[in-house]
This record gives sequence, C-alpha cells and structure tokens, in this order.
Amino acid sequence: MAETRSLRVTGKEPVADGVVALTLADPGGARLPDWTPGAHIDLILPNGSVRQYSLCGDRWDAYTYTIAVLRETNGRGGSAYIHQDLDLGEAVGLGGPRNNFPLVPAERYLFIAGGIGITPLLPMIAQADLLGADWRLLYGGRRTASLAFGHDLAGYGARVHLRPEDRYGLLDLPGFLAAWQPGTRVYACGPAPLLAAVERACTGFPPHTLRTERFAAALTGPVRSMPFEIELARSKTVLTVPADSSVLDVITAAGADVLSSCRQGVCGTCEIIVLAGEPDHRDSVLDDTERAAGACMFACVSRSRSDRLVIDL
Amino acid sequence: MKPLTTGAGSVQPPTSLADPFDHGNLEDPGPLHESLRAAGPVVHLSRYDTYALARYEQVHAALTDWQRFQSAAGVGLSNFRYEEPWRPPSLLLEADPPRHDAPRRVLSAIVGPRSLHRLRAKWAADAAGLVDRVLGTGDVVDVVPALAEAFPLRVFPGAVGIPADGRENLLPYGDHLFNAFGPPNDLVAAGAGRIAGLSAWVNGQCARDRLAPDGFGAAVWAAADRGDLTHEQAPLVVRSLLSAGVDTTVHGLSAVLYAFATHPDQWERLREQPSLARVAFDEAVRWESPVQTFFRTATTDVRVGGTVIPDGAKILMFLGAANRDPRRWTAPDRFDLSRDPSGHVGFGMGIHQCVGQHIARLEAESLLTALARRVSRIEPAGPVARHHNNTLRAWHSIPVRLHRK
Repeated sequence: MAETRSLRVTGKEPVADGVVALTLADPGGARLPDWTPGAHIDLILPNGSVRQYSLCGDRWDAYTYTIAVLRETNGRGGSAYIHQDLDLGEAVGLGGPRNNFPLVPAERYLFIAGGIGITPLLPMIAQADLLGADWRLLYGGRRTASLAFGHDLAGYGARVHLRPEDRYGLLDLPGFLAAWQPGTRVYACGPAPLLAAVERACTGFPPHTLRTERFAAALTGPVRSMPFEIELARSKTVLTVPADSSVLDVITAAGADVLSSCRQGVCGTCEIIVLAGEPDHRDSVLDDTERAAGACMFACVSRSRSDRLVIDL
Repeated sequence: MKPLTTGAGSVQPPTSLADPFDHGNLEDPGPLHESLRAAGPVVHLSRYDTYALARYEQVHAALTDWQRFQSAAGVGLSNFRYEEPWRPPSLLLEADPPRHDAPRRVLSAIVGPRSLHRLRAKWAADAAGLVDRVLGTGDVVDVVPALAEAFPLRVFPGAVGIPADGRENLLPYGDHLFNAFGPPNDLVAAGAGRIAGLSAWVNGQCARDRLAPDGFGAAVWAAADRGDLTHEQAPLVVRSLLSAGVDTTVHGLSAVLYAFATHPDQWERLREQPSLARVAFDEAVRWESPVQTFFRTATTDVRVGGTVIPDGAKILMFLGAANRDPRRWTAPDRFDLSRDPSGHVGFGMGIHQCVGQHIARLEAESLLTALARRVSRIEPAGPVARHHNNTLRAWHSIPVRLHRK
C-alpha cells in the first residue's frame, strides 16, 4: 500500500542569522522523489498549513532533501513554527517536488540572489559548474552574517560576488549585468523590489533571457488532515479516505480500474477527472493553472481540501 | 554453482553461459528468464561479461537509481566509455542528469497526459475507420500489418507532424535501432546495409521546416525558441519521438491482440466493459513486455544482493522477466484483466520511464474500443510467427478470424 507521503526531520541547524537548514528524509529510509535544480516542495506542517521551500541540497543524494527557512517576522507563522517548534524526528507532509524555475541549457549564466532567494540558485550553480558553464553570482543581503551559505559559495572564488548591504549598499545590477553576452541566461530570485529592479535592468536583452522566481506566500489555505469522502459519480458509491490512505488505494480497493505506475505523482498515469470538490494537489505534474482549475488530479498522492470529492468513475 | 566469497566482501554471483540474444532465447525467452530469476538477484553472463538482473525487486531498484545505474554510457551492450556510439546518442534515453533534464522536461510536457486530450476524438474516429476498412477486406486478417502496424503509422507520424511520404522507413529504422542495443550479431548485420539511408531520412524529418505547425515536432522547436532547449538539441529530441514511438507501440498492440486471440474469455470481458481497454493494454505490456531488456552502466561499485558489481560494468535488466516474477505477481503467466498491472516495468520506471507511455495507451485504447464495438470474437486462424529483435518482443504475423457482431 502506498502511504500518504510524509518526511521526517533528520537535521536542523542554523546556517545564517534567522535561517535554519532542515534535512528531511523518508521515515522508512526509501528514496525520495527525484527533482531538478529550481524545484520546490510543499511542506505541510502539523496544523495543516502549507509552505513552499526550494530544494537546495544535492540531487545525487536520493535519500534526503535540504531546505533553508528564513524566520519571517511579518509572516503567517509557518517559519516561526519551523524555527521554534519543529523538532528532530517530527513528521511533516510532502507535496511535489515541482519546478517552475528550471535551469535551461546555456553556455553562460548570471545568477542574482537576494537573501533567502539564494536557495533555488544553489543547486543551479552546482550544476552550471559541473557542466563547465561560464557563470557568475551576485548575492545580496543585509549583513555578511545573514548571507546563508555565503561561506560555502566563497569557495567558488572570483565567480561569486557577496555583497552585504551594510558594506556595499544596494546591489550594482547594471555593473553585474554588463557581463551579459548573447546566449547568457539570467536567473534571479529574491524579494519583489529586487526582482523589479532586475527586470528593469534586463529590458534591453532578448526575450526569454531573464528567468525569475518570486517568494510569494502561497495563496492556498491550510489542507485537511481529517478523512474525507470520495463519491464515484457513475456508480454513486461513496468511499471514505482515511488520513493514512491514498485516494488510489481506497478507490482501487473498491474495484475502480485506475491504472497507476510511479506512485509518486510524477508519471501522470493515475489521472482522475474531478467533477466537484476541491482537490489538494500534491503531484509534480500539473502547472499552476491546471492546479487552480481543479478539474483533474493524480490519485496516488493528491487528496481533498473539501469534505467530499466527486470523481468521474 | 556454489557462491564463493571474495576478499572484498563480495559474493561471486552465479554464472550463466546463456546468450539472451540467440534465436532460441529470442523465440521463447521464458525458460531463460525463469533460470536467471531462480539463480539469484544478480547473475554474471560470462559470454558478454555483463551482470543480469531478472527479478522484479532488483530491476525496479536499478531503473529508479539513476545515480548508480547510468544511461549515458549507453543502454545497449556497447559501453560508450570505451566505444564510439553508432549514432549521436539520444538526449533522453542515453543521457544522465543534468544533461537529461531539459529534453525530458520539454518532451514530458508535449506528450504528457494533459496534452493528449485534444487527440482523443480524432484517434477514436481514425481507429473506427481503420477497423471498418479491415473488416471490409475479409474475415481472416493478419493483425500485425493490418492493425498493429497500420494504426500507429496512421496516427503517430501525423501527430509528430512529419509528411506522409516515406513513413514506411520508420519501422525498419526502429527495428535496427533496437537490434543495435544488443551484441553485433546476425540481426545487426542484416540491418546494417540500409541503416545509413534510413538514418538520413529520419534525421531529415527532424528539421523545423519538415514539421507541420500543430504537431509534437513543432512544439519541440517552439520550446527551443523559448530557450527551454538549445536549437542544436531540438532535432535530436524530435528524433527521439520518431525512434522510440513507433516499433514499441506496434509490438505492444500486437501483444494485446495476440493476448485476446488466445484468451477469448478476456475479450468477452472487454466487450462487456470497454472501459477496461487501458487496463488490458497495460496488462499486455506486463505480460509480453514489448521492450524486453535495457542495459545500464555502474557509476561506482554497486552492491546488489551480496555481490559487488564493479564500477564501469554493464548491467542487463530483464524487464520481461521482472514483469513475470512470481515474487511480485500472482500467476504471472496469465493474461488477466482482473489483475491490476500497475507497477509493471514494461515502460521502465524512474526518470527514464517511457515519456510516450500516454501516447501508447491512447493509441491502444482507441483501437481496442473500436474493435470491441465491431468484433465479437478474435479467433486464431493459422500459425503465428515471431519477429526476432535483440531488444523487442515482436510479432511477424498473427492471422486471426474476426467475428463480426
């Protein structure tokens, strides 16, 4: 039987002022779903709230995920909970990984990070370096002590420009982007004012040169950890999905002929059509528009936000 | 042979002298598969100095562990660390992360389940038209050319967007490509004479100006225009569609048609419940495993069971044997629509899992649904003949009598 997916906190350590890195692993020691640089996961906290964090570890390690969490003083409580209350050994729910910010092939990259926006760029930088691409990083933050992973990045030498604001002032974007040549891709992640400034500074470049990821609070509300009902519309059968079972297991046990394959929300085989109710998408397949439409879901990992889902089976 | 322990803490695996690629084993791989599964989790094939995995657990683990079982050194017997590939390697099948990422991402979106919905109605109508025409030619039909080859050749190249002229080149090209993953035996020699011409034709179809604007091929080029791929990668990604998308589906359709011809009770079941068409196709893919084998290469010393497979060694995964492993499947030799075939490795598993699996399922669902509507019984009508290929479990001929409703 597929379990509902959860991760266990196997490591928690401060990596900068106000930033902790979490190491997460499967409770049974299984491989975790594969991911690519730029990907994030949904972390589902014990109170049901959902937070998105970029994966910033090593994809060659199939058994752990690493994320880094900035304590947001004006946040909605998720990061404060992770900093104060989430202990080693505790379980959190998993959605994804998904990647809206993929590293595309190029010979040259210019990376720009503001604060905790460094996290999706870390595995990109490792990859660009592995492939022998010509790359540079401009990394800003308040103080040297608030630049997470700054010490590790300094090991790359002159490619990395660490620019804490208390010593350098605002980032010199035009100066950094002067290194642009045709074929260079620019990747930027950080707070909205920085991204707006990067967009302005890149206006002269060809389309598709700049790729950004915004750190916006997820617009979705908390998910449920309570059981919910699945109504099979054609047979008018109503089934209950307990908190510790997947939709796939419940509907196939009831005799529905739903094929599946990877059971990780990746391959897309177990798609089911949703006629009513609001799915809780935890797959790696659908894009944001398809998720918002809520017209289909992948039964192996996705669940329900509403009391009942009506599906076309 | 009794396992011996070496000083490094590695158990010497059992050895087999068998040639999985000889004509006897290609005609009927069952006994070889059974002996390899029985011998242990890993077996050394001395003829090719390669390590065979035939049990489901180890095949599944090797397929998903791209970190230690790499594809970029070739997924055939040839080891690209030491040997020159016969064609520029595939950017998908014969690549590892990170180079694999962008082509895979682009193609997954283009042929993913969400993108195929627009083809459903058209392919259903195409299948109904083909079935009507075949039934009009007489009651006894060789379903290999008449349906299993005809239907993919009718719908798939059009969906990619290549012109109608020359589509007959796709089958011999694919046949040679899949032979070339095996050893350089008589099957490879037989295809060698034509392959330069066939390759030139296939490569020619991958250019932007050959491709219709609404097909998968044009979508690959559009991804390159957005920078998601390089323009150098685009034709090779189109080539992957043309290489991997035809023969595999043809033999998958042959497999399900043969299964129904020999299991009339299961055909009856499908007719009563046509929504089982998808399950039926996946069960046939499990049962026959149209792609029988692929190789990987160890990126480090890898322990499988008690045996350490050395860095750089070639590993032969028997997908067909895993799909009939009694450790995983109840009564594995039975073609049975009441079984849930989910989790079979006939499409592979992990990051290299068949990117076109949803296309294959839609083709099969279209064709089986059309047949179930018109045909009450599929009855064997003469001796069947296998087609031998180093990688594919294939049919040359399956004559049947199609009983109309």
